Amino acid sequence: MRLDAQLHYLDNAATTMVDPEVADAIDGAIRGVWANPSSLYGPAIEAHETLAAARSKVAKAIGCRPREITFTAGGSEGNNIAILGAVAPRRSWGNKIVVSGFEHPSAQLPIRNLGQQGFEVVEINPGPDGRLDVDRMAAAVDRSTVLVCCMAVNNETGARQDIARLAAAVKARNSRTAVHVDAVQAWLRVPLCLKNVDSLSVSGHKIHAPKGIGALYLREGYHILPPFLGGGQENGIRPGTENLPYAVGLGVAAERGAKAMKASSAHAAVLNARLRAGLAQIPGVTINSPDDGVPEVLNFSQHAVKSQTMLNYLSDRQIYVSSGSACDRGEPSHTLAAMGCDPKTIDTALRVSFCADNTEEDVDALLAALRQGLAELQHI
Amino acid sequence: MKEIILAYQGEMTLKGLNRSKFEARLAKSIRYRLENLGKFKVSSSQSTVYIQPLEEDLDMEEAARRVSKVFGIVKLSRAACCDKDFDTICQTAEAYLGQTLRGIRTFKVEAKRADKQYPMKSPDICRELGAFLLSKHPHLRVNVHEPELEIMVEIREHGAYIHGPKTPGAGGLPVGTSGRALNLLSGGIDSPVAAWCMARRGLALHHIHFASPPYTSPRAKLKVRALARELSEYTGNCTLFVVPYTKPQEYIRDNAPDVLFTVLMRRSMLRIAAMVARKCELEALITGESLAQVASQTMAALVCTDAAQSLPVLRPCIGMDKNEIVALSRRIGTFETSIEPYEDCCTIFTPPHPKTRPSLDEIEAAEAGMPGLAELEQAAAENVERIPIHIGDDPEF
Repeated sequence: MRLDAQLHYLDNAATTMVDPEVADAIDGAIRGVWANPSSLYGPAIEAHETLAAARSKVAKAIGCRPREITFTAGGSEGNNIAILGAVAPRRSWGNKIVVSGFEHPSAQLPIRNLGQQGFEVVEINPGPDGRLDVDRMAAAVDRSTVLVCCMAVNNETGARQDIARLAAAVKARNSRTAVHVDAVQAWLRVPLCLKNVDSLSVSGHKIHAPKGIGALYLREGYHILPPFLGGGQENGIRPGTENLPYAVGLGVAAERGAKAMKASSAHAAVLNARLRAGLAQIPGVTINSPDDGVPEVLNFSQHAVKSQTMLNYLSDRQIYVSSGSACDRGEPSHTLAAMGCDPKTIDTALRVSFCADNTEEDVDALLAALRQGLAELQHI
Repeated sequence: MKEIILAYQGEMTLKGLNRSKFEARLAKSIRYRLENLGKFKVSSSQSTVYIQPLEEDLDMEEAARRVSKVFGIVKLSRAACCDKDFDTICQTAEAYLGQTLRGIRTFKVEAKRADKQYPMKSPDICRELGAFLLSKHPHLRVNVHEPELEIMVEIREHGAYIHGPKTPGAGGLPVGTSGRALNLLSGGIDSPVAAWCMARRGLALHHIHFASPPYTSPRAKLKVRALARELSEYTGNCTLFVVPYTKPQEYIRDNAPDVLFTVLMRRSMLRIAAMVARKCELEALITGESLAQVASQTMAALVCTDAAQSLPVLRPCIGMDKNEIVALSRRIGTFETSIEPYEDCCTIFTPPHPKTRPSLDEIEAAEAGMPGLAELEQAAAENVERIPIHIGDDPEF
């Protein structure tokens, strides 16, 4: 899928290149399946069937039933629908939300906003290794807790959270508490466990589908009050005429991703080990990702050159990494801050994220440019 | 109904024999701003600019918005124009302002008679038109002291005008009547405000920005381009000069005392800006400095900066508090872009404890220890990138 061997794209947690097979499937659907899936005539029935097939593929890759899948415009929309939708009907009996301290802004900000509207919000920060103390988080759940929200894999460090244990512990303390999981970075990188999980959001552009499509899993029988109202599509959860071509693309990407998951994880582990070994040779570098994080993401600090400067330097050499999350647009990382990292660690952090297309040459090019940059650039 | 825009000239009415030059410049600016909206006739008479549409269905709302950003105009109003026959005036007033009158409780009619041949005198016009409108809107009361709406009727030679409410204009003097200058645009909050303040005093200006890749990001440059575009509604078309500043900046860092770095860098930037300004025949430099805001803006530091080159340095923000600068920045619409978090060259390599009272002697001694700097500055000035900025370019970045 890569276009240019000289281009070292190592920021796959920000977005991925669209798989040509996905693009072809979308192209076919855009040109061939144009009818509104909700209409009643022949071509519309075909559109409906096409959408249903895409939904099945996505459901299979998440591990649920097709009727539990709602197509969304992406991870942010999924998180907002799940959070706002869960809280609204539970307001009558509770006013507490428990959330991890390193959520993506699309979960963190709606919850903080609810905090300003009178909800008691408890944020549980991770330890220095980026992992959450599940027991501490579950202990914060009480009779009035309406929602617990947690990321399955952190977007900046790749730290995995023990969602299965967390969800079980939450339900043990209060069976009415809704559990929402942001699985945008976890999907097709680690197996998802849906037991005791009420809702879970995923996004297409992290798995080689285009931007603008995602899915929200809502456990059958689980009730939310959707924040948007409209024509009743997607069971009324996400109204608006369905983005059928992109849903088709998401289906293809999900199917292909699920098939390749094991091999691609193993490949990422090789690259991750190579990068860690290379970084160990560079004095002053510390790793911010936990040892058992997903191999696709590696976050480290070089303690010498500001992240933005190093990023610009690498960019001039066609090596693309990020200084944290692309969604923070250059602001200091709130995840590393929540982990208690010191300012210099945060200011000099870089995140490398792999996909199956990356090669050892990419890693070597990054290591060489990094060494060169550290020698040439002004240290802070 | 035919509608026109009346734009009232501000302090330029106080000018003497050269007033016509200011008026011509103002009319030119207005014509240019309205050019792609359709055909308008722009003419001046008695301290007022008449902006008359020459085609049907022109977007008067947008025209008024654009005119409100042209410097030289202190207030503007839209007005319906009609024949001078009094019945027609009454009917037009009702048609033009009836809806507004339904939503308020008090009003007043003012009349002005430029055409002294008109059979009714001003007080008669006020009384008669007021009575007519009261008969149409019995809920209304006349309040001559604090009316919610003051209706102005003007009887001029070629017709009558019935004005809607007056809205504020941008004030100042027409851009281009006070000379030409080069504004140092860093990407922060202050420098766009400085540019706006000086353009309001009639300066035509261009911008200069210092980029130090890889320490500064390409996004910082896009941000500055967006700021220049946002300002262009006020300043008019201009050029953004981008100086490749990495080498001089690294040279200063490597060859000068740490504590003097910022002042030495400011001096170096002003020298380069002066070279570019002279080449483009610009007469002054503009900065967003505010006294004592940071270490390089103390009185002692400004003395050192001023001595670096001989063009006058205009600092309109010098006596403003940060709060005032921020408020102005919000008003002119540059604040949201200014706070985007991309580092500019003013904040890199800065020492933790810069000297707040540098003396010119020690600064000149430090520069004597940097014999290669002049050549690097010359090269930077010569390799400047020119980005044309046009009014109406999308400021999104």
